[in-house]
Order: sequence, then C-alpha cells, then structure tokens
Amino acid sequence: MLEIKNLHARIVDDGTEIIRGLDLTVKAGEVAAIMGPNGSGKSTLSYILAGREDYEVTEGDILYNGQSILEMDPAERATAGIFLAFQYPMEIPGVATMEFLKVAMNEQRKARGEEPLKVPEFLKRVKEAAASLNMDMNMLKRPLNVGFSGGEKKRAEILQMKLLEPRLCVLDETDSGLDIDALKIVSDGVNALRSPERAIVVITHYQRLLEHIVPDTVHVLYKGQVIKSGDKSLALDLEANGYAGVIGEAA
Amino acid sequence: MNMHAQPQRTLAETALIDAFGERLSLLPGDGAVMVKRDDAIEAIKHGLPTRRVESWHYTDLRRLLTSVPAFEAGAVTKALAPVLEGSAVLPVLNGLSQTKLPEIEGVTVQRVSEKLTDGSVAPGLDPYGSDDAIGALNTAFVADGYFVDIAEGAKLEKPVELQNLQAGGQSHVRLLARVGAGAKAIILERQTGEGEEALVSSVSQLVVDDGAEVTWLIVQEQPDTATHLAQFKAHIGKDAKLTLFVMNAGGRLVRQEVVVRTTGEGADFKLRGINLLAGDTHTDTTMVLDHAVPHTTSTEVMRNVVTGKAHGVFQGRINVHQYAQKTNAKMACNTLLLSDDGEFSTKPELEIFADDVVCGHGATVTEIDHNHLFYLMARGIDEKSARGLLVKAFVAEVIEELDDEALVEALEERLDGWFSTHG
Repeated sequence: MLEIKNLHARIVDDGTEIIRGLDLTVKAGEVAAIMGPNGSGKSTLSYILAGREDYEVTEGDILYNGQSILEMDPAERATAGIFLAFQYPMEIPGVATMEFLKVAMNEQRKARGEEPLKVPEFLKRVKEAAASLNMDMNMLKRPLNVGFSGGEKKRAEILQMKLLEPRLCVLDETDSGLDIDALKIVSDGVNALRSPERAIVVITHYQRLLEHIVPDTVHVLYKGQVIKSGDKSLALDLEANGYAGVIGEAA
Repeated sequence: MNMHAQPQRTLAETALIDAFGERLSLLPGDGAVMVKRDDAIEAIKHGLPTRRVESWHYTDLRRLLTSVPAFEAGAVTKALAPVLEGSAVLPVLNGLSQTKLPEIEGVTVQRVSEKLTDGSVAPGLDPYGSDDAIGALNTAFVADGYFVDIAEGAKLEKPVELQNLQAGGQSHVRLLARVGAGAKAIILERQTGEGEEALVSSVSQLVVDDGAEVTWLIVQEQPDTATHLAQFKAHIGKDAKLTLFVMNAGGRLVRQEVVVRTTGEGADFKLRGINLLAGDTHTDTTMVLDHAVPHTTSTEVMRNVVTGKAHGVFQGRINVHQYAQKTNAKMACNTLLLSDDGEFSTKPELEIFADDVVCGHGATVTEIDHNHLFYLMARGIDEKSARGLLVKAFVAEVIEELDDEALVEALEERLDGWFSTHG
C-alpha cells in the first residue's frame, strides 16, 4: 500500500536535510510502528506523507497503491485516503467542529463522486463515533480544537479518522498527552479500524502505546533512515535496552 | 470643516453647491431648519476635508469624491425582505419615507419630512465638530427618513428594520430613534441600492434612555457605484446597554462614522465591526467615543478582510473625560490581508484625562495561517474551500458573539452572500 523508496527530504526554509535515504514498505492490513529517538525525523516523515509544503523531497519517491503522491497537494492525498492524526492538532477559532466535519466528509465524498451526506445520516455517524470514544457531543459544538485538553484533541483526531475512513492512517505520537484511561479509549478506537484493506503507521517514542495497538512490524528511524526493522519484539528490546544498541549496530 | 481656503473648487464641491441652490425650494422645513441648512452649505463652500484635516487623513474626501450625481434617482419601488425574518420594515425608497407603515406595538413612527416641516428636529441638525463634513452634507440636503420612538419599558418582540434603498442619484436621509427607559429593542439599519452612480448620506441618531438595552445593526451592502457617507450618533444613559454591529460589504467610497457618548453611570457600549473589502474601493470606519461620566464600560472589536486593491481604514478614538473615573475600555482591530495590493490603515487614539481607568488597544495585520490551511487540507478540503472557511471564521467570530441564534444565522447568511461573489 505504501512504498517509500530512498527518500531524501529537506526543510524548504533553511535547506536542512532531515530524511536521508529512507526506505519503508507497509502492506494493506499491516500495522507498522515507527520508533526512534528525538530528532530522528519521525514527525517530519508524517508531515511529508501528508504533503506539508514546508518540506521538499529532493530524491526518491513515495508510492501509494503504486502511484507517486509527490505531486499531490494535501487535500488530494486526503481524498485519496491518506490520513494524518496530528501530534499537535491545530486550534482553529471560528470554525465550528461540526461544520468542519461535515465539510471534510462531504468534500471527500464529492471528490470520489459520491452524494453529500444528508444531515440526519451525518449526525448519526458523528454521534456513534463520538460515543465510541467517550466524547461529549457538546464539545463538538465548540470551535475546532479550541479549548480542548491535550487528550480531547487526540480523541478528536481519532474521531475524524473514524468518520473519514481513510485507507492509510498515520498516527504521529498519538499517545503523548494521554492518561492511561484515554490511551485505552484511543487505542480501542484505532484497533477498531484495523482491517485487511487498511494500513496503519504508528509513530511513537514509547513501547507503552504498542501494548495497546500491537504492531505487525517495527522500524527504527535514526538520522532520517530506517536502520533496523523487525517484529513487535524489537519494540520490547528497545524498551529494555534503549536505542544505543541498535544505533551502534547500524553504525 | 477645513480652515484653509481652497484655491479652486473641485467638480464635486461645485456640483453640491449648485445643487443646493436648485434644491432649496423643494427641501422641507423653514425658519430654524433653514438656518441650519445655510450654515451647513457654508461649511461645504469652505471645501471638503482633505488629508490635512486630521480626522480625514486617510480618507481625503476632496480628492476621492470625484463627481456628484444629479438628484434624479432611479426607481426603487418596493422594500426588500428583511435580513431578520419577521422584522417590521420601515423603508426609505429613493430618499423618501413611506405612508403605509406597519403597526408596531410600543413604537410610534414619524416621518422625518414632517419633523423637518414642523422644525422639531432642528436642534439635532448641528454638526458635532468643525470637521463634520458628513453631518454638514446631510444637514444641507436632508429631506426625509424616520423617527422611531420606542415607549418606556417596551420589549420589542420583533426587530425593526430601517431600509435605505437607492437606485442611483442622490439621497440624504436621517434615521432617528429613541429607546425609552427600560425598553429593549433590536434595530437593523440596512443601506443598499442598485444601478448607477449614487451619493448617499445617512445620519442615524439614537438616544438610549436609562436601563434600556439596544442592539443596532448596520448592514451596508451598497453597489460599487455608490458613495456612502454615513454617521451613527448615540447617547447611552444610566445602566443602559448599546451593542452596535457594523458590517460594511459594499460601496465604492464609504465612510461610516460612529459617534457615541456615555451619559449615565453604568452605561455600556460595544462596537463590533466587520469590513469585507474588495475591488478598487475605499472604506473608512471612524469612531469617536466619549466616556463622559464615571463607571462606564466599552469594548470595540473590528475584523477586516481586504482583497483586491481595496483600502480600508479604522480610526478609533476614545476620550475619557476628567471625571470619568473607573472607565474600562478595550479596543482591538484585526485585519486579514489577502492580496498584495490591498491596504488597511489603523489609528487608535486614547485621550485620557481621568487617573483611575483601564484602557487598552491593539491592532494586528495577518495573512491566512498556513498551519491552519494545512490542517484543513489534510482532511480533504481543497485549498479554495479551506481558505474560504478560514476567512469566514476570522469574521464570524465577531458575529457569534452576538449571542442570538436567529441574528447570528441571518448575518452569517449575509457573509455567505459576500463570499459567494468575492471568495
């Protein structure tokens, strides 16, 4: 589903190279965890997948279902089924959350040639998704993410993911800022989306999240490259011994 | 008016002075009213204000008012459906009030032409200062309008909508209102038109008696062939509240002056303004607020969206008088600049003569936040729609504060209307 080949990317503003020859393949139905120390390029990778213009790909390619996405803008990628759950979701004053959800769902439907959702059907879907994440509907009457706690923002991201039904989900540090109960709710939300047609990329610092969202593969990112790949035991190994060992092996 | 003698009259000045001579016999009122008219045209003879007059620095009326249309108006024949459903509509069509008017419980309506004829409005025709060009222009030519008198204690269930509709030509209108003690009302002033070149002057004068609560909304949607020179003047009594909402979404050359005075302790004033500026237009909102007694409060928030080659201006002057202790005033002017050729000038002024007050102001000019844009696009919303959402959000915040669902919906509909043609 996702094939990243020899990817090099830099920050547009100052030319700093962050991704330096990254290779990664994630198949449909797979949950891939990407781990790595601070500054290894994890969040940058998530932004590049979503199409953020602050980064420029200088070499290599990203294939999604066999097609390069490098020329697609963020909206086109989202419509094609790529979803990024942000580490720091934006607060957007003045945009009502419900209005935003409706516009996003219907824009994506429109791009796929589907009819817009009727209001009762839209409300039903939002209510169901919110209930499954223990979210209060009153929260959704507020402007998008404004005044939400850290945990509420993360839940709101997963809510959007459930409603938009993407094919490739990228979760950037979704566990940060969550207490244990919220972590369980959010993880259950993600697990409910696991399916043979869908790939999920979980970017995280800690093994903790991977106890709830059990990965099929684990990849260690360091200095903009995947330096080691393995199964879930690799995550346990990192938890026990830190990154130093793996980095040492690769060097 | 400008104290410097003008070397030569502009076309517009000449046209106004000539028009006065021709119109004089047709204008209602004599005696006291005629004296006011004569004084007013004298002021115009001294010349329209230029950028050298401080309060007109950003709107050089003498230069910008390049021509003045003849009086002959086109034919607006009927009132528009009101902005707020169910409102009682009082239309001024081509500068004239109407005879068939709705009955509104607790409200007495009079035609200003009658009040000019009987001279009862004469004291209110004075300009508020030597630089009051709009007041002078209006006083010289005013022919009609309405006086809306809301009885003491009346709680109006339906809003009153004053419509000033014009199809080219000139009109000079006064909209007067008194809201009696303890009364509560929503009044909407709608300024719009169609067709050829127009010059509209419109002066609103409101007295909010003790304990009354008024929301006054100005919805200005003139065509880009119109020069719209407007003034809103209000006195706010003891423990009375006035919220003034101004939406400028049209006009070629627009100046909306807001002149407000707190006259009783506990008075509260809120100004909420939205300027939606497009094309090659000039729109100026100038406020002079006098906190004239102790313990009065005010907040002013302006949100401006500038596209095309539009130029916007906000001047906000707050005078806190010497005895007006415990005044609390806060002013903010935020602009979203969406084009390289657009321009917005902001001038806040605080004149404080009391020593125990809280006063502040702030101004920002921003572009669309790229992080916000990325977030919306990352959810599949295409760039144009995402920008539209963000721009609308920027101004909608001011509307949502009005805290009245029907009102918020109706105004957001006006916003959508503007965005669908200019977005």
